[in-house]
Amino acid sequence: MGLTANSTGKNAVDSGLNIVKTSPKDKIIALAGNPNVGKSTVFNELTGMNQHTGNWPGKTVTSAQGTHTYNGTDYILVDLPGTYSLMAHSAEEEVARDFICFGGTDAVIVVCDATCLERNLNLVLQTIEITQKVIVCVNLMDEAKKKDIVINIKQLSKNLGVPVVGTSARSNKGLDELIRTVEKSLENDHSHSVEIKYIEPIEKAISIVKNIIEQKISTDLSTRWIALKLIDFDETIIQALNEHTNYDLLHDEDIYKGLEEAKKILDENQITSEYIKDKIVSCIILAAEAICCDCVCQKDADCNSRDRKIDRILTSKWTGIPIMLILLCTIFWITITGANYPSQLLSDGLFWVQDRLTEFFNWLGTPNWVHGVLVLGVYRVLAWVVSVMLPPMAIFFPLFTLLEDFGYLPRVAFNLDSYFKKACACGKQALTMAMGFGCNAAGIVGCRIIDSPRERLIATITNNFVPCNVRFPTLIAIITMFFVGVVASPFQSLVSTVILTGVIVLGVILTFSVSRLLSKTILKGVPSSFTLELPPYRKPQIGKVIVRSLLDRTLFVLGRAVVVAAPVGLVIWVMANITVGDLSILKHCSNFLDPFANLLGLDGVILLAFILGFPANEIVVPIIIMSYMSTGTLLELDSLSQLKELFVSNGWTWLTAVCTMLFCLIHWPCSTTCLTIKKETQSLKWTAISFAVPTIVGMIVCFIVATGARLFGLV
Amino acid sequence: MQDIYPLSQLREGQEAKVTGILATGSMRRRLQDIGIIEGTNVECLQKSPAGDPIAYLIRGAAIALRKEDSSDILVRLKMA
Repeated sequence: MGLTANSTGKNAVDSGLNIVKTSPKDKIIALAGNPNVGKSTVFNELTGMNQHTGNWPGKTVTSAQGTHTYNGTDYILVDLPGTYSLMAHSAEEEVARDFICFGGTDAVIVVCDATCLERNLNLVLQTIEITQKVIVCVNLMDEAKKKDIVINIKQLSKNLGVPVVGTSARSNKGLDELIRTVEKSLENDHSHSVEIKYIEPIEKAISIVKNIIEQKISTDLSTRWIALKLIDFDETIIQALNEHTNYDLLHDEDIYKGLEEAKKILDENQITSEYIKDKIVSCIILAAEAICCDCVCQKDADCNSRDRKIDRILTSKWTGIPIMLILLCTIFWITITGANYPSQLLSDGLFWVQDRLTEFFNWLGTPNWVHGVLVLGVYRVLAWVVSVMLPPMAIFFPLFTLLEDFGYLPRVAFNLDSYFKKACACGKQALTMAMGFGCNAAGIVGCRIIDSPRERLIATITNNFVPCNVRFPTLIAIITMFFVGVVASPFQSLVSTVILTGVIVLGVILTFSVSRLLSKTILKGVPSSFTLELPPYRKPQIGKVIVRSLLDRTLFVLGRAVVVAAPVGLVIWVMANITVGDLSILKHCSNFLDPFANLLGLDGVILLAFILGFPANEIVVPIIIMSYMSTGTLLELDSLSQLKELFVSNGWTWLTAVCTMLFCLIHWPCSTTCLTIKKETQSLKWTAISFAVPTIVGMIVCFIVATGARLFGLV
Repeated sequence: MQDIYPLSQLREGQEAKVTGILATGSMRRRLQDIGIIEGTNVECLQKSPAGDPIAYLIRGAAIALRKEDSSDILVRLKMA
């Protein structure tokens, strides 16, 4: 359901996998599965939580946990990142595998995609190899039904030797049965689960090593699997096993001898270490094929033809990019047009309340400064933030989420990949940028989907060139005030839309250029390999998305207004009203910044507002307003046109407006984003660079624009 | 005898069978993870606007690969 309050801001980074049982009877259940099979949806439905869901592989990069109570037992569910295998080729796979192996799980639910079962069985079989406590959840049964794919759950369960449950988590179907099955399976033992047969020499090698291990250690894990991993010499797992069993497997003389013997058998059969890896993988894939052949019946061989048709329109040479721009424009147009009315309404309402508050304070006879701090400081900033920020966010977000649920985002990555390749970066960076629209901190955590560390850093450093949800309304407000006039008409909002789209496109172009620059300088390298999955299109649950993300955004804005905007309002009012010498503190600061800010086409107040806006960008404009108002006569500010008058009387020209917009798009990341970068990169150096790069770029761009305009006498 | 091509040379709509993977290291594993082994059927679905990457149908899933990577997969064309 799009980014949620749980997945943005400071909640974006997970706290790791520390499971706390409240009672010894609690059961730990891991949710594993390929990317984009609906693990998070299953998780949300069972735990009543609100993790980010959407139709693209890789949106869950962190692990979440929640509780489901059934028949008096608490089941602690752990939502693992999506993986195709447990061979630990990437960080997420290692996390998933280690949790399944050593996380103390009582059972593992492997969630599968019913429309693409065979490929999903790869992971199921690998999980069954490690532990027998597996329950298979074949999700998206509703999608399969639409595509005329029939799955024989009973037969599948027989073939796999573990319980299998069919579900449609989006409409909460089959989840009760899933939990019932989990409960039942915890009581039974499953010693009947399927065993993958490898080729003869590998089987011989396995049995030699397995027999020795069984005498040496006692473990819940399958000794056959440990033997296989030893033969395969999988270093990451051997190390983890040593820590877990407190037994140094490789330095045990008997095991060592067994491995030598196993190696001899393999050598005799010309099985090299590279070949054994290939062989293990292909045996598993062939086993999956064999298991599927009598469980899945696909009536219509061309069931994906609808998806292909849509793809041909959305990603073709001639229409791909234009449609992308049109979609972006449409969303902005609806946002701008739609936000106008509720914005006006909210502002009328909130400022009416302000007048009543003033009357109330007058009636109480409190000193002037009390009214100043509470009403003119705290309340007014709060009112401004809510009335200007909330409507655009509450409209933009659900629309964007609809596109996300539909499955459009991976197509954007597909369309833009060649540009990223030219910049020596990864196409999946487009997905992290899309998340950046919601919240840059979430975008930066999302960078984990990029495997190459070099390309991940590029995506991290450039993520801030996408204006987050909080910077959007600022841009819209300035556009409305200075470039199209305040009275809303369809034509005028069209002009706003074009300008706003231009700003976003500029951000995207900067992302490409800066990515390329980084690739040629401090992050030298060639583009690395990756696979990008284009998931089937799914019909978004329109009603649910709109209600959920509307509610979520509203709470988000209100929450931040109270936590951040109100205290800042207080501080600013104090700064604006305490004088040192003959000027207020605020005026001292802005005067100090003025000469430098002028070079950038801004003024001291604007630059100061951006600096004070470090904790939260939505307070930038309220700070500007308050600073201006404290120096002039007090205006009743209840509309954008009055606001414009205030700005113009303080020396704003169209150039100031352009430069403020540019600086809003390109400046340092907010404090939460910086903290997230620090956490993700584990490096102060890269955090500093991520801070410096957009700051310097923003200053250069503003300087060029301001100087250019002045030189040519445009102002 | 039918000729063996790199996957990258397939045209939209053409189907083929994988005969070998030249990629090594992590990309080889990644390709195997998504189900590309000897004998896997693939179909060329759709080029992106710039002509690269290209989406392929692999075991029921549409997966986009860049040219550098798809040219490391050898395939034998299926006769229509």
